Amino acid sequence: MQLVLEKRAERSNTIALVSPLIAIGLTVVTMSILFAILGKNPVSALIVYFIDPLTDAYSLQEIAVKASPLVMIAIGLSLCYLANAWNIGAEGQFLIGAVAGSWLAVKTQGTDAGLWVLPAMLLLGAAAGALYALIPAICKVRFGASEILTSLMLVYVADLLLDYLVRGPWRDPAGFNFPTTAEFDPVATVPVLIEGGRLHLGAVITLLVVAAAAVLLGRTIKGFEIRVVGAAPRAARFGGFNANQLTLLTFAVSGALAGLAGIIEVAGPVGHLQPGISPGYGFTAIIVAFLGRLNPIGILIAGLFLALTFIGGEQAQIAMKIPLDVTKVFQGILLFYVLACDSLILYRFRLIFASRQVSSGTG
Amino acid sequence: MELVEAIILSVLAASTPLLIAATGELVTERAGVLNLGVEGMMIVGAACGFGGAWLSGSTIIGALCGIIAGMLLSLVFAMMTLGLAVNQVASGLALTILGIGLSGLIGAGFVGERITPAPHLHIPGLTDIPLIGRILFGEDPFIYLSLALVVAVWGFLYRTRPGLVLRACGDNHVSAHALGYPVLRIRTLAVMFGGACAGLAGAYLPLAYTPFFIPGMTAGRGWIALALVVFASWLPGRLVIGAYLFGAVTILQLHAQGAGVGIPSQFMSALPYLATVIVLVLISRARTGGSTAPAALGTVFVPDR
Repeated sequence: MQLVLEKRAERSNTIALVSPLIAIGLTVVTMSILFAILGKNPVSALIVYFIDPLTDAYSLQEIAVKASPLVMIAIGLSLCYLANAWNIGAEGQFLIGAVAGSWLAVKTQGTDAGLWVLPAMLLLGAAAGALYALIPAICKVRFGASEILTSLMLVYVADLLLDYLVRGPWRDPAGFNFPTTAEFDPVATVPVLIEGGRLHLGAVITLLVVAAAAVLLGRTIKGFEIRVVGAAPRAARFGGFNANQLTLLTFAVSGALAGLAGIIEVAGPVGHLQPGISPGYGFTAIIVAFLGRLNPIGILIAGLFLALTFIGGEQAQIAMKIPLDVTKVFQGILLFYVLACDSLILYRFRLIFASRQVSSGTG
Repeated sequence: MELVEAIILSVLAASTPLLIAATGELVTERAGVLNLGVEGMMIVGAACGFGGAWLSGSTIIGALCGIIAGMLLSLVFAMMTLGLAVNQVASGLALTILGIGLSGLIGAGFVGERITPAPHLHIPGLTDIPLIGRILFGEDPFIYLSLALVVAVWGFLYRTRPGLVLRACGDNHVSAHALGYPVLRIRTLAVMFGGACAGLAGAYLPLAYTPFFIPGMTAGRGWIALALVVFASWLPGRLVIGAYLFGAVTILQLHAQGAGVGIPSQFMSALPYLATVIVLVLISRARTGGSTAPAALGTVFVPDR
């Protein structure tokens, strides 16, 4: 028996729409088997994972809070991936954005600085993220160094820098020696949308980013250039599009969005700078980008779905003592299935049962 | 002098996982496949290697568990990228994310346990020679194995016909296919060899480097191994230089931290990662003109039957 791929005459649009759903279905089946192996009832585990978080207001808000950074980062990454530029260091750009914005919050702490503080922090975070992302992009464009490896290495560097700052110069003197800055002042905090709730302004900014990306990709020449450079580099060269310039641009934009997500996370839900502010948002966003088919609206939906798995994972740990690592396994398997199903868009899978024959097919 | 000896010994030990993983990845990439999942295969190799050794009390069984675990994961990658023609970069990332999660699940039961580290070679007389005795004749078996592995891979790639065919697949899969070589099968074997090496490299950490398992203990070594392959221009001999250079950076920054050089420890810890970036830039810059990478590296191949 042999699996053979046959190229379709043109890409299948039906499968492009249903392939993420097939992938999610396959993942759920695989996860049920994993739950059974772990000795948990698969049905109740799946309910705790995917249904329970949708049934109370607190969890629903929490899903939106977790989805905001995921979607924001994934939108930027999708631009990179569409242009065939592989930024996988969004986690580092997220952390650097958080650090840069926090600098202002720490410096203005206890002063009578006005309402300009928060907007300035957000700008700083985005700018720092963009600059940090430009390092691998410039190394790529100028010297041809693999952006995959350099952007990833810088994640570790950003992590260590944050660790140094909150253990050293920025540590809260009244913080019982915990590695954290003091709680940010109200003017340095992202306001919540509903009094007493968790949902904050970041969710609105994320929606604006989604809309902007949809316009950029669907309605502008720049968006067209990005897609052509990625899909048909030769055609792009004939069209006079500058691939290097687009690498720099998409890296800068995705870095800015990751940095913005970082400072919003710190100035919003977390409220201070500390190690471990991200449960791997920068890496999960890669899955979000692919699950959303590199399409802004798709990414919005995919981000909400993966946020659901974060919340579900936490609840499953509390309610059923299912290890938190199951969520990562889940995300890895999901990405595999998404990619495999995407292959169906371009190819038709055929199982050949007879032994290998020379006369079969037209080849 | 004792300090110098201790430093050299620890540099060799720190370099060995990098060398083993990079050697495996070099073979994979020479066959034209870019497997970015080295980090994931290593961390699962570490968890399974420790588990095997802890349950059986044997270093060898631990190492075998690591090898098998890495190989199984690489087989998933091979099915995706070779069987289903999926993008190799994205699949490699998926493999890493999956591996980190799996290792946490597998290793959860072992955290806090200790095992006896792999025994070091001891040849009476030779090992006792001052200065060079312990460095040449008193290492753990994996260090000798890693060097033998590099020599074997070099011999295979450049002195045997299958090695030539493997390189042909990496440079031009269409021609190799036209000549009748089973490109996908050869690539699958190369990916599995890479997986076995990554698993062994991961298992080395808890079996010989630190005798316990902690989640995330590979700490980016898989990614550094990938960078080493680029550094070595896909030549096995240069891997040795690269791996020992990186081992030296890792160990020297640790010693500098210990000596209290007044530089915050986090900056010293960042050195190996920064060094990787700088080395990648320098190497890529020096290589003006044609690249030495296998020409078909990372490209999808679907044979027309």
